[in-house]
Amino acid sequence: MTKYITRRIFYMFITFFLIATATFFLMKALPGSPISSASKLSPTQLAVVEAKYGLDQPIPVQYAKYMLNLAQGDLGNSFQFKNASVTDLIIDRLGPSLILGTQGLVLGVTLGILLGMIAALRQNTIWDYGSTFVAIIGISIPSFVFATFLQYWLAVQWELFPVALWKDGWMSSVLPSIALAMGPLATASRFIRTEMIEVLSSDYITLAKSKGANGFEIAFKHAFRNALIPLVTVLGPLAAGLLTGSLVIEQIFAIPGIGEQFVKSIMSNDFSIIMGTTLFFSAFLIVVIFLVDVLYGIIDPRIRLSGGKD
Amino acid sequence: MKNSKLVWLLSLLLVVALFLAACGGDDKETKDDTTTDTDDKDATTEETEVAADEEQVLNLIMTAEIPTMDSALVTDAVGFDLLNNVNEGLYRLNQENIAVPAISDGEPKVSEDGLVYTFTLRDSNWSDGTPVTANDFEYSWKRAMNPDTASEYGPYMMAGVIKNATAISNGEMEYTELGVKALDEKTLEVSLEKPIPYFLSLMSFGTFLPQSEAFVTTQGENYAKNSESLLYNGPFTLAKWDGTGLSWQLLKNEEYWDKDTVKLTEINYDVIKETATAVNLYTNGEKDRAGLSGEYAMQYAADPELVNELETSVFYFKYNQERNGEKTPLANVNIREAISKAFNKEDLASVVLANGSTAAYSFIPSDFVFDEDGKDFRDVNGDMAVFNVDEAKAAWEKGLSELGVTELSIEILGGDTELSKKMDEYFKSQLEGNLPGLSITLKEVPFNVRLDLDTNQDYDIQVAGWGPDYQDPFTFLSLWETDGGNNQMSFSNPEYDQLLQDINGSLALDIEARWEAMAKAEKLIVDEEFAVGPIYQRGLMFLQKPYVKGIIAHPFGGDYSYKWAYIEGK
Repeated sequence: MTKYITRRIFYMFITFFLIATATFFLMKALPGSPISSASKLSPTQLAVVEAKYGLDQPIPVQYAKYMLNLAQGDLGNSFQFKNASVTDLIIDRLGPSLILGTQGLVLGVTLGILLGMIAALRQNTIWDYGSTFVAIIGISIPSFVFATFLQYWLAVQWELFPVALWKDGWMSSVLPSIALAMGPLATASRFIRTEMIEVLSSDYITLAKSKGANGFEIAFKHAFRNALIPLVTVLGPLAAGLLTGSLVIEQIFAIPGIGEQFVKSIMSNDFSIIMGTTLFFSAFLIVVIFLVDVLYGIIDPRIRLSGGKD
Repeated sequence: MKNSKLVWLLSLLLVVALFLAACGGDDKETKDDTTTDTDDKDATTEETEVAADEEQVLNLIMTAEIPTMDSALVTDAVGFDLLNNVNEGLYRLNQENIAVPAISDGEPKVSEDGLVYTFTLRDSNWSDGTPVTANDFEYSWKRAMNPDTASEYGPYMMAGVIKNATAISNGEMEYTELGVKALDEKTLEVSLEKPIPYFLSLMSFGTFLPQSEAFVTTQGENYAKNSESLLYNGPFTLAKWDGTGLSWQLLKNEEYWDKDTVKLTEINYDVIKETATAVNLYTNGEKDRAGLSGEYAMQYAADPELVNELETSVFYFKYNQERNGEKTPLANVNIREAISKAFNKEDLASVVLANGSTAAYSFIPSDFVFDEDGKDFRDVNGDMAVFNVDEAKAAWEKGLSELGVTELSIEILGGDTELSKKMDEYFKSQLEGNLPGLSITLKEVPFNVRLDLDTNQDYDIQVAGWGPDYQDPFTFLSLWETDGGNNQMSFSNPEYDQLLQDINGSLALDIEARWEAMAKAEKLIVDEEFAVGPIYQRGLMFLQKPYVKGIIAHPFGGDYSYKWAYIEGK
């Protein structure tokens, strides 16, 4: 196990390094300059500004410098925010995104599991159809449409929640979290339903039934736990997706999150923020995938064994 | 075995629960803080409402964050807008958009040759109570020219204007040699490279604001990092700005020399990038102004709270005469004339754009510069390059026969926003319909790509735009100087170059002759050489609550002044 984890951590660093390298060179191939008024400056004036930000050096040198700084945990300074360090910016913007992402994920997955279980246990009844309907809605309606809808009805018309902005404490997070929860809800409910139905028809359930276990015991103790395994696999990408994919939701609810900065930095060639946010998101995804793999092994010992053999 | 698995699961659940609880606890704390904060505010505002009847609070929306509040580094609209409200230079644009003395105590003394301005400063203070001195200007301007500052607008605004600025920005001279000098605490002497007729209006621009040397040096790296590491000498002070955040506040500056004029006590800003969200916040009364774009502009076209504002940005066809070393069909003046006249601009502005923009028949926008009698520069030349199918066709035939072809295929380079695409489609159908033998291909790219293609001069026709940096037609006319940095279309005309030279040279002190020369230059590029084809002057539509009064929109520099704004009848 320890050997397996050490190896995995080593691979994680390699992955991270490759992502950093690829992002750096792709980003340098972007058209345009991070210097916003470059077209207004004479070549000598532009050279002064470029020298200040180290943009006058050849790209391999810039790359080496960036990687050295990165190794020391320094993500550099933003171009668009003339005075802000990228690390500070990410930390400042991370909070709201994390809150929304966590709430959205917890809410979506919990409700999804419930819906999925109801659907599986009441297969081919109105409950099942109802849950399928909700799942299809959740998958097919983009979250921003849902967000706009929630904003208009629950906030503007019925005034139950703030329309937007990050100013009314927890209340501000309710609508965006619900909007974010729809995707995970749909995914989780579909997974649980399929797995539960499969598990419920397997031999050991029949055995349990014949031994006289009651329906509740069968559903939770035997069926549900086994049905959970595939869900854990998709949980990682779902979590990362929520954090990165919340940019539209963040814009609609005017929330000072990180997703919103990600897009803006690309549009304005803000090299250091592009790098900073991409690396942060990749690190997050890499760690989550790792955790999920470890978790997976804990839930299902067969997997840990095969991993340990390496 | 089974048990151990259960223990595993349980402990895992516990860890997750703990983690979640910790997270939850954390947000709750911060949230509670903010909730009580807002509650308190609401309570106090309600009280004052009862007491004073009319609370002077304005709630505004910005569409972008503040990139910087350092007047030497600012390059964007949001920064210039806020600087104009929290700081004050020698001059300020007044309610009629005329530059009037501000920190300067009355008009400066100007030397006979128009090269040396001596300003006497009025008694005024920074927000920390220290006096604003002549040295604050000298320091700030020199700081903007210091290569270590790496200012973009410093060299851009000062080169060719302030003495030695060109040499400094070319690295031939030390920045300390800049032609600005504090003669004493209250006297500032500014030397120019050449007489600049619009120099005083420049003095209202953000780059020329003062900075307190003592304060900036004490703050060092932290200067302008957030609202606490700045000093203010304007109508308002900035508060609750953390440097990158989406909200901030302006509060009335009690140290401002003209504070009796300022009625608003508080302006609350939030950055909102979605029009739908902005409109929702406007509808439920949280915001007092909301910009409209796209379909919202049409939806609210008849709303009594709709305000239409004409900006001073002009959009035009930029005809590239030489691409990849070869002459394009657009090197032919008749072809350029034909295209300039072959599309209906009125329909474009009112139907396709429908956002408050108006058709442009000139290169210098309307409502931008006025002569001494208040006559708009725009009226001197009248309408040029008017939509006229017959004239367009005649020029087209002539151009084709001169080129010895019967068909032409031309590319239009435009933006990739929804509006740009709609506009490009309109150009294509109009031009192809009115000019037989013309086929248009459209190339729609993001802004950065367009700039790159412009720099490399790799396009046929580009839909480009320009907004002024100072209040003088020259800010537009100077673009098309032969080999100018923004020319990028191989336009070259000796007569035009001569006019440009005269405008800021021999005619600099002869206001009337200069005015005529500028009108002549404009006519030359728009109506004789057809170097560019004006399309529209950008307009802005927004909703504004009827109780908001006295917001002044400016044609250049900061977009708005709130110095004179107030709330009445809320």
